[in-house]
Amino acid sequence: MAIEGLKDIVLNYVTKEYLEDDSETLTYDTPLISGGIVDSFSMVSLKRFLENKYAIQIPDDKATPEAFDSVNKIAALVEEFVAKKR
Amino acid sequence: MSNIGSYNERVKNFNWEIAEKELGYKPGDVINIGWHCTDRICQQGRGSKVALYWEGHSGAEKTYTYNDIRLATNTIGAFLRGLGLRAGERVCLFMDRIPELYLGFLGILKIGAIAQPLFSAFGDESLFVRLSNAETSAVITQKKHAPKVRKILDKLPHVKHIIIVDHDGTSPLKEREVGFSLEKAAPVEHLEIHPTKAESPSVLHYTSGTTGMPKGVKHVHYSLISQYLTAKWVLDLRDDDIYWCTADPGWVTGTSYGIIAPFALGVTQCVLDAGFSAEAWYKWIEKRQVTMWYSAPTAIRSLMKAGDELVRKHNLSSLRHLASVGEPLNSEAVVWSEKVFGKPFYDTYWQTETGCIVISNYPGMEVRPGSMGKPFPGITGTVLDPVKNEPYAAHGKIGLVALKFDWPSRMRTYWNNEEAFQKKFRNGWYITGDRSKLDADGYFWFAGRDDDIINTAGHLVSPFEVESVLLEHPAVAESAVVSKPDPINLEVVKAFVTLKPGFAASQDLDLDIMNFIRRKLSPLAMPQEIEFVPSLPKTRSGKIMRRILHAKEWGEEIGDTSTLEND
Repeated sequence: MAIEGLKDIVLNYVTKEYLEDDSETLTYDTPLISGGIVDSFSMVSLKRFLENKYAIQIPDDKATPEAFDSVNKIAALVEEFVAKKR
Repeated sequence: MSNIGSYNERVKNFNWEIAEKELGYKPGDVINIGWHCTDRICQQGRGSKVALYWEGHSGAEKTYTYNDIRLATNTIGAFLRGLGLRAGERVCLFMDRIPELYLGFLGILKIGAIAQPLFSAFGDESLFVRLSNAETSAVITQKKHAPKVRKILDKLPHVKHIIIVDHDGTSPLKEREVGFSLEKAAPVEHLEIHPTKAESPSVLHYTSGTTGMPKGVKHVHYSLISQYLTAKWVLDLRDDDIYWCTADPGWVTGTSYGIIAPFALGVTQCVLDAGFSAEAWYKWIEKRQVTMWYSAPTAIRSLMKAGDELVRKHNLSSLRHLASVGEPLNSEAVVWSEKVFGKPFYDTYWQTETGCIVISNYPGMEVRPGSMGKPFPGITGTVLDPVKNEPYAAHGKIGLVALKFDWPSRMRTYWNNEEAFQKKFRNGWYITGDRSKLDADGYFWFAGRDDDIINTAGHLVSPFEVESVLLEHPAVAESAVVSKPDPINLEVVKAFVTLKPGFAASQDLDLDIMNFIRRKLSPLAMPQEIEFVPSLPKTRSGKIMRRILHAKEWGEEIGDTSTLEND
């Protein structure tokens, strides 16, 4: 089940925290890792944000650059772990 | 047959004149890295050869011949000169790995100015400290990074120009800003190259200090001599190679071996300006038919993690030679690369201060997995007894990696900090700050740092710098920063924090502090873990005992605690 507002929450967080040029706009499919917006070190803080916000634990082997490469992919990952919690 | 041939024969008959002759240099001549990397190759009749294949994260591609980079670097040099920039002034490159970074670097050198590359992920505090120390005159950047420069501009009176290379007119230029488009600028056929000599300053790279702020490592144009020869003999670069150095020119590997050496050798190199992804990297090797690949242990371990199956999906048979730098290459990675690529990664060891590879494994020489290798011919290295400051008489003892400081690309000083430079020497030896042992056959084996500096993914982070910025956070009373082991990055930053009255530890505060450091310093410096503690271990004189916290993280003996303060 989709979590209400999840994609926009992630999108807004990434825009606020990682986008340096506020004239750039992100979409749900903008490549974040391969696009150079979020690097592998910054991914740790993004993961921490998601874990805090949704009270989940994302194992390191699931927090791959591929799984974090767009808002859509991140949302799918979060939904998977929220569903496991239920 | 490799370029180096027999390592032992090279050691016996070595002289840096080998490189000088190949580069057509005699003592006292003009030597300009910018010219050597572009005009000289064209004068040899290789102007139509591809110098650079570039691909951005959006899939945009650009190809430059040596004549193209000659013209582009002339054009940038002329533009900078037109702004009034002169020889000796510091010009910062603050960009992603776009072509203007590589071409701008050489354009700066052509006019005799000093190139100061800074990692584009640096936050405003990291940027300010480095621009302020260097009294930088101009910053070349992209519009996406310009806000970080604007934020600190009031405190940087020396910065006269901010050159935005992708200004498209969609937002107005601000104070001291000027737009520049390499594609729209009229190509400059002839540029008067500044007559730099061997000791003229060329590049200023910043490196983390143990107890103080970052230090500017000053290099000179003569560095070309050893950068050229080490690339030829260690990386085994050849005329028909397609070379890929994965390092960002914000760090020394990305300039010494990502710009200077390959272009001076007239080699075709390729640059992928995209975040790390195992699949994307393999695709890039396959697409560009990469033959020589120079990467880093963190990347190699990440590739290992991505699995062997992914390797088999790509045709990587073009790969001829592989090398690694930045941190110790574990033997598992060497064994893995032999299994999946059919050849080992050759570990190379050097530092920002050395300017070129100083200890290495060489083509044709037995690779001992996990070893740093042997000193480059012409370079004397040893393991020093830290008490006597003399080389150990017997092998097998762990001591300080020390070098006779006499090769062309050694740093000349730390910018505005000769005192710190002099402290790097003991008993006539340059002390690298690393520890190792020597085996009976002269191979060096890395044993760790000799100070508190954290090596994360091959980049050095100063605990002092992180602690200083942590104290700027409104909730932080005291902090101590140490490394903690990490399976991919070797080490990551961990912070122990005590809080001011009125603040309580929470997950949100933890994240807030992490992001605070990331924005101010860089993602590399961001603590991957923050432990809130009621107090920090201190000596009776009040000095925080980082080593106790470090020992705890690494599962080591805590050692002498007799000076520990009793709570």
